[in-house]
Amino acid sequence: MAEFKLDITREHCPMTFVKTKIELSKLKSGDILEVLLTEGEPLENVPKSAKEQGYNVLGVAHVDGNVHKVTIQK
Amino acid sequence: MGEAKKLSLISFSGDFDKLVATFTLATGAAAVGYEVNIFFTFWGLDAIKKKQGRAFVGKGFLGKLFGFFMGGLRSAPVSRLNFLGLSPKIFRYLMRKKNVATLEELVEAAKVLGINLYACEMAMHILGIQKSDFIHEVKDVLGVATFLEISEGGRTLFI
Repeated sequence: MAEFKLDITREHCPMTFVKTKIELSKLKSGDILEVLLTEGEPLENVPKSAKEQGYNVLGVAHVDGNVHKVTIQK
Repeated sequence: MGEAKKLSLISFSGDFDKLVATFTLATGAAAVGYEVNIFFTFWGLDAIKKKQGRAFVGKGFLGKLFGFFMGGLRSAPVSRLNFLGLSPKIFRYLMRKKNVATLEELVEAAKVLGINLYACEMAMHILGIQKSDFIHEVKDVLGVATFLEISEGGRTLFI
């Protein structure tokens, strides 16, 4: 089991989703990806679409300002 | 939700801004789990040519001439206020500066995400373009009937 990090706080639509999807697709079963993202569309939809695609969303935590951390496991 | 998570886009225009719209929708949808198909026809075919600049792609004198003036992804004009090709350069500069994916980055993302790219058989025939003139990610050359089959059950947009 390995842990990976991804920062999409400076990205815009659609790259927020695209970069998350590409990182998620590299994970092996059990691996964890921590995604740093901003409020609004990324925070609302990254965890939702990860769930829909069969990943486990382990948690969403507020980091600082409008930045949140979403922890996703394959 | 009754309908399948499938988005099929008909990329007709070949304009820089409309290609940005096409590839933004396509990559965004693929990233959130949609099956995505893009059917390139007429001017849209420019986006998937191997040669991204102006080149004499195509067969016959008229085909080659058209191919040259149509160009590829890098010579796509903006649909409004093109200013003889200056605007696409300004847009590319602004997109890089504001950290928004450029058209080229979106196309690369589309390839990585495994979006299905198809080319229109009829338009290729008119312009004398072969499948080998396109990037190798182009999956197949199709007509209307096959496109309808592929897009059935999802949403379709014409851009």
